[in-house]
Amino acid sequence: MSGIPHDHYEPSTGGEKWLYRRLPIVGLLYDTLMIPTPKNLNWMWIWGIVLTFTLVLQIVTGIVLVMHYVPHVDMAFASIEHIMRDVNGGHMIRYFHMNGASLFFVAVYMHIFRALYYGSYKAPREVTWIIGILMFLIMMGTAFMGYVLPWGQMSFHGTAVITGLFGAIPFIGEGIQTWLLGAGAVGQPALNRFFSLHYLLPFILVGLTAVHIWAFHTTGNNNPTGVEVRRSSKEEAEKDTLPFWPYFVIKDLFALAVILTVFMAIVGFMPNYLGHPDNYIEANPLATPSHIVPEWYFLPFYAILRAFVEGVWVVEIAGWISFGIIDAKFFGVLAMFGAILVMALAPWLDTSSVRSGRYRPMFKWWFALLVIDFIVLMWAGAMPAEEPYATISLIASAYWFGYFLVILPLLGVIEKPMAQPSTIEEDFAAHYAPHTGGTTTAVNPAE
Amino acid sequence: MIRTLTTSAAVALSLLAPVAAQAAGEGHVENYEFPFEGPFGSYDQMQLQRGLQIYTQICSSCHGLQYVALRTLADEGGPGWTLDEVRAYIDYQGIEVWDPELFDGEGDFRPATPADRFPPVTGAGAPDLSLMAKARAGFSGPYGTGISQFINGMGGPEYIASLLTGYEDPPSCAPEDFDGYYNTVFTAGGYPAECIDEDGHHMYPGSWIGMAPPLWGEDVDFADGSSNELEEEAKDVAAFLMWTAEPKLNQRKEAGLTGVIFLTVLSVLLYFTNKRLWAPHKKKVKGDTDA
Repeated sequence: MSGIPHDHYEPSTGGEKWLYRRLPIVGLLYDTLMIPTPKNLNWMWIWGIVLTFTLVLQIVTGIVLVMHYVPHVDMAFASIEHIMRDVNGGHMIRYFHMNGASLFFVAVYMHIFRALYYGSYKAPREVTWIIGILMFLIMMGTAFMGYVLPWGQMSFHGTAVITGLFGAIPFIGEGIQTWLLGAGAVGQPALNRFFSLHYLLPFILVGLTAVHIWAFHTTGNNNPTGVEVRRSSKEEAEKDTLPFWPYFVIKDLFALAVILTVFMAIVGFMPNYLGHPDNYIEANPLATPSHIVPEWYFLPFYAILRAFVEGVWVVEIAGWISFGIIDAKFFGVLAMFGAILVMALAPWLDTSSVRSGRYRPMFKWWFALLVIDFIVLMWAGAMPAEEPYATISLIASAYWFGYFLVILPLLGVIEKPMAQPSTIEEDFAAHYAPHTGGTTTAVNPAE
Repeated sequence: MIRTLTTSAAVALSLLAPVAAQAAGEGHVENYEFPFEGPFGSYDQMQLQRGLQIYTQICSSCHGLQYVALRTLADEGGPGWTLDEVRAYIDYQGIEVWDPELFDGEGDFRPATPADRFPPVTGAGAPDLSLMAKARAGFSGPYGTGISQFINGMGGPEYIASLLTGYEDPPSCAPEDFDGYYNTVFTAGGYPAECIDEDGHHMYPGSWIGMAPPLWGEDVDFADGSSNELEEEAKDVAAFLMWTAEPKLNQRKEAGLTGVIFLTVLSVLLYFTNKRLWAPHKKKVKGDTDA
C-alpha cells in the first residue's frame, strides 16, 4: 500500500536547493510533520506522543542521574541518598525518573488496548504492531533492570526471584541464569551489567520508535472507524485527513499537558506512592522481605506466571506429554512469555474483516471483559500466593489466552458486523454536521 | 471530548489501583496528624527541633543516622539551626567520626565538623534510622489502593509514633521469660508458640521487639514548653525521622504546586488553542475561518 497522496516539500530558496541536493533532511522533517492524518482520530490516539515524551524524559533525567550514581554493591544505595540529599535538584530528578517509569507503562497499556480495540494491529499494520510489542518487551526489560540499581531490599530480592525464573528452563536454565547474572547469585557482576544495559536499551527504543513511526507513516494511521483514507487522488485524501501539524500536534500537546499535570501532582505530593517502602532499606542478601512484589506494571504478567501451579490440568498434561521436562515452574515461565506472544500474534488470530471494534457488536463485550481481566490480573498479582487469589489468577489467565486463541478467531466467523461508514469524511461529518449550528451536545468523536 | 479524557484518566488511575497492597501487618497504626501531610503540608521547625532533642538524648545511644549530614540541620526546611548552632551541638554532644585518612592511613576518630554525617549505628543490631520513615508504610487505604497517601502521607511517621506508644503488658499466654518486649504494632519480631491458635493465627496483634520501651513520657524537657507526654514525644521524634528520610519535602511540595499551577494554565491555553484551531473543520463557527 502506497502512502496517502499529499504535497511534498519543494525547496524554494537557493540555500534550500543547495542543501536539498546534498541532504534532503528538511524534506524528511516536512513530510513527517505534514503527514495527512485521519481527521476523526479520538482522544485515545494521544498516547503515542505521551510515550515519546516519556522516553525523552527518562533519557534526560537518567543521564543526569548517572552523573551521580555509583554502580557498586557497597555504594549504590548511598549514592542514591547522595542524589536525594546533596545533588542540586537531585530529589526532583530522581522522583521524575522513578515515577516516569510508571507514566511510561500507563501510557503503553492505554496505547496497546487502543490498538486492540480499534484493530490497529490488522493488515496492513502488522509490522507496526510487531515492532510495538518488541518495544514493549524492551521497556519491560529496561524497567526491570532499572529497578535493580538503587540496590534496595526489593531490588535485590525481586531480581533474585525473576532471574530465578530462567533457572526453571530445563537442562540449560541454570547456565542461562549464571550467564545473565555473571555469577551464581545476584551481586556486583549483575549490578554492573544491568546498569550498562539499562543505559543502552533506551537508545535502542529511540531507534525502534523511529521505525515504528516510519511503519505507520507508510500505511497511514488507523482511525476509530477502521475505514482507510481514500487514496485515489490528493483531493479525495484531503477530505478524509488533516495535516499532523498543526492540528494533531496542538491536540496532542493539550492532552500531554493534562496528563503531565496529574504526573506533576504525583511527583510533587506522593512520589513514593507507586514504590515499595522496602526499597528504602539497603539490600541485605540474608534478610528476605516477607512479601516480594514486582512493580505494579509487571503484576498482570506476574499473576499469569504464578497461576499455573502443580495440579492444574494443563500443567499436568504438559508434564505428562513432555515426560516431566515441563514442570509447573517452567510452565509458568512459558505462560508469562506466551501471554505476550499471543498478543503479538493478534493480527493473524483475529479473523474478522472489520477492523474497528465500534462496528463489532459481540467483540465489544469480549474486549471489555479483556480490559477487566487485565485489571483483575494486576490486582491478583499483588496478592499473596494463596486462595482465593490462586483460583482467580488461574481463571483470569485462562481468559487472557482464551481471548486471543479462541474468541478472536471464532468471532470473525460467527459475528455479524454493523454497517460501517463508507468514508472517514462521512463519519466526521456525522459528528460535526453543519446543521447542529454550534451546539456541542452529543458531538463526541470518541467512544 | 472532556468526558472521554476523564474516562481515559479514570482508566489510567484504575490501572494503578491495586498497587499499594503491601500489608501493614496486623498491628494498628494510629493515623496521627502531622503538619507535613497533604499537598500544602510542610515541616514544623519547632517540632523538628523537639524531635532532634529526643533523638539526641534517647535514640542516638543505639541508633545512627548515617545518611544525614550534620550541616543539613541548618538547611532550609529542616530544624532551622544556624551553622554556629550546629557546631555548638557537635561540641556539646562530643560527636566524633571515624576518619580513615588519619593516623597515616590507619584511621582514627576525630571531632566531627558540620560537613560530616551523623555517626552510623552504634548499638548492637539497632537499625539506622535515616530512612526509617520511608521504609515503613503505615496504611494503604482505601481498599488497599493507598490513594489516601495524597492526604495522609505514606504512614511511616504514624507507624513510628504508633510503635513507640505500642508497648503493652504481654498477653498471659506468653511465657514469662520470652525474649523481647511485647509491642502491639511491631510485627516482624518473635512470637511465642503458646500464643498461636490451632489455625496458625496469632491470637494477639504485634510481636515481641528487641528494643526496650525507649519513651515513657516526660523523658525530656522541651525549651519551648511543649507537652512531653508520651504520645507528643513519639509524634515529635517521628516527625524528625520523616525529615531525616525526606529532607527536601518542603522544596518538593513547593515545586509540585508550582508545576501543577503552571501545567494547569498551559492546559487551559492549549485547550482553547486546540478548540479554535479545529473550529472551522468542525463547523462550529459560522462563517469564521480565520484560524
